[in-house]
Amino acid sequence: MSTDTPASAPADSAAERYLAVQRSAEFAALRCALRGFVFPMAVAFFLWYALYVVLSAYARDFMGTKIVGNINVALVFGLLQFASTFLIAWLYSRYAARRIDPVADRIRAEIGEVNHDHGPRG
Amino acid sequence: MTTVLAAEAGDSTARNLTLTLFLVFVAVTLAITVWASRQTKTATDFYAGGRSFSGFQNGMAIGGDYMSAASFLGIAGLIALYGYDGFLYSIGFLVAWLVALLLVAELLRNSGRYTMADVLAFRMRQRPVRTAAAASTITVSIFYLLAQMVGAGALVALLLGIKPGTTFLGLDADAAKIATIIMVGALMVTYVTVGGMKGTTYVQIVKAFLLMGGAVVMTLLVLAKYKFNLSGLLGDAADASGKGAAFLEPGLRYGVETPGDALKTFYSKLDLLSLGVALVLGTAGLPHILIRFYTVPTAKAARKSVLWAIGIIGTFYLLTLALGFGAAALVGSEAITAQDRAGNTAAPQLAEALGVDFLGGELGGATLLAVIAAVAFATILAVVAGLTLASSSSLAHDFYANVVKNGTASERQEVAVARISALVIGAISIVLSIFAQNLNVAFLVALAFAVAASGNLPAILYSLFWRRFNTNGAVWAIYGGLFAAVFLVFFSPVVSGSPTAMFPDQDWQWFPLSNPGLLSIPFGFLCGWFGTVISKEHDDQRYAELEVRSLTGAGAH
Repeated sequence: MSTDTPASAPADSAAERYLAVQRSAEFAALRCALRGFVFPMAVAFFLWYALYVVLSAYARDFMGTKIVGNINVALVFGLLQFASTFLIAWLYSRYAARRIDPVADRIRAEIGEVNHDHGPRG
Repeated sequence: MTTVLAAEAGDSTARNLTLTLFLVFVAVTLAITVWASRQTKTATDFYAGGRSFSGFQNGMAIGGDYMSAASFLGIAGLIALYGYDGFLYSIGFLVAWLVALLLVAELLRNSGRYTMADVLAFRMRQRPVRTAAAASTITVSIFYLLAQMVGAGALVALLLGIKPGTTFLGLDADAAKIATIIMVGALMVTYVTVGGMKGTTYVQIVKAFLLMGGAVVMTLLVLAKYKFNLSGLLGDAADASGKGAAFLEPGLRYGVETPGDALKTFYSKLDLLSLGVALVLGTAGLPHILIRFYTVPTAKAARKSVLWAIGIIGTFYLLTLALGFGAAALVGSEAITAQDRAGNTAAPQLAEALGVDFLGGELGGATLLAVIAAVAFATILAVVAGLTLASSSSLAHDFYANVVKNGTASERQEVAVARISALVIGAISIVLSIFAQNLNVAFLVALAFAVAASGNLPAILYSLFWRRFNTNGAVWAIYGGLFAAVFLVFFSPVVSGSPTAMFPDQDWQWFPLSNPGLLSIPFGFLCGWFGTVISKEHDDQRYAELEVRSLTGAGAH
């Protein structure tokens, strides 16, 4: 069973078609919409997490500051990491449903079901 | 209050109940496996569960695949003994899911078929890339498997309360360890060879519900004891630990400050950063996690699975906070370390203490202990099954079908090889685990994350997002990251040259950090870039197809 070996493409037409789609303005907009969200967001959460780890390593006094009772900055900062993870996941799912899925669905429908190099199953 | 695990009075009750509950779990999961085997006819059924799972089901299964004994018993134990630093660990495990959600899950689902290598080799020459991917998949999975199986062996003696000099079912502690390793190995091979991805997925779903149920009940009992006053619980935990406020701050376990030894302190803090980076970047490169995205019909369902997974995993780690601090406050570090120096029995011991308090004395304690011990075994089984499936899939689909047979193997042959591979990998893991049973191999989990982050993740990200990336770059990234991580760990204090090392009596250590990620991850990315630019190959047409398919789902399997 061959898995996507370039040689097995039935005709150049499918490959040409993908190239044409990739160069289309509609696809460029989709790529832009996706990358414009996920790249900045990935950088943002990574820096936010890195800040937390760096403070845990090098700012012990600050992290140990008590806020209420025995609840200190370290605990709140940790819980904020949970909150930000949940928030980013929610924001992304909302953004993807509004800005990504409709465009992706439209392009997929335009490409149609015939142009791929493998059998109907799988 | 009883603080010693399986205290004399409740001893036999707890053991028998643990054993009974565990056998019930095994019987139910085996029944599911046999049922799943009847639904498993094609290669897609075997590798990807027929892509028929819903986002919710797959989210639960991801949780079941991901929340290993290392997270349940390990993190609860870390928090119980070292306080805040255990929490730090769990945060890395959770935040990591954003990499999978934003950058990997949907694109991988759209463009791959059965294994991680389907995406890596999409626009490359098949044989070198698939060989590298199979090598990395099997290495990561076997490291992870060994840590789980050796852990299971150590746990069984503790959870069943087999003390030195006593026996259970005619087995002393050492024999029970070996028997457990063999049993865990035999069960995981059975789940995978008989039930394939469908059987494995249902085992993981059942386990996720059991684990969440157990954690929720224990958390509620802990909080009820403190009348839902979190500050009171933390205060008690800090007092009982004997370390005061420091128990609630980072620094008792990771990034330890050694007064008067600036170099040691410096390395210790770098090690904390290194661990943090590997945890957060490793998840999205773990093959047994990646293949779970193929079990749903669409990219949207893959996204939903990750959202559910983030929900369940996040909730679980919040609960371990209550379990860990609860164990510190109610059981106490002395009683915990008396059972297990690494603290792995903190959660079961807490269950026993809570049972004694809330469910009517010794019998209640024995009951809750038995339930949590059985959940811990279920946890181990679900994780090792996922790992066995990932490595045997890669061996059959990547190495056998696409390297050895050059893409000419039939679907039936491929699945037969996958089943045999599971058997072989199971046998190898059993033998290695028995050899390693008395060695400290807990570091292998962190090493698996480091390899995944250093080799697999660069290759995946470059494949999906970098037009110029090519065969040479993929091969360089995978081998470069893999070897850098393993090489550095081999010369690190976790393998030799320290009292807690795998070989404490040997010393060839020169690399100061226990976690290689800080160096090996950038090295892996650098290798991928360098390997790419020194090779002229690039295939714009195939990249166009990969990009269009991965973003739109056109032509998805």
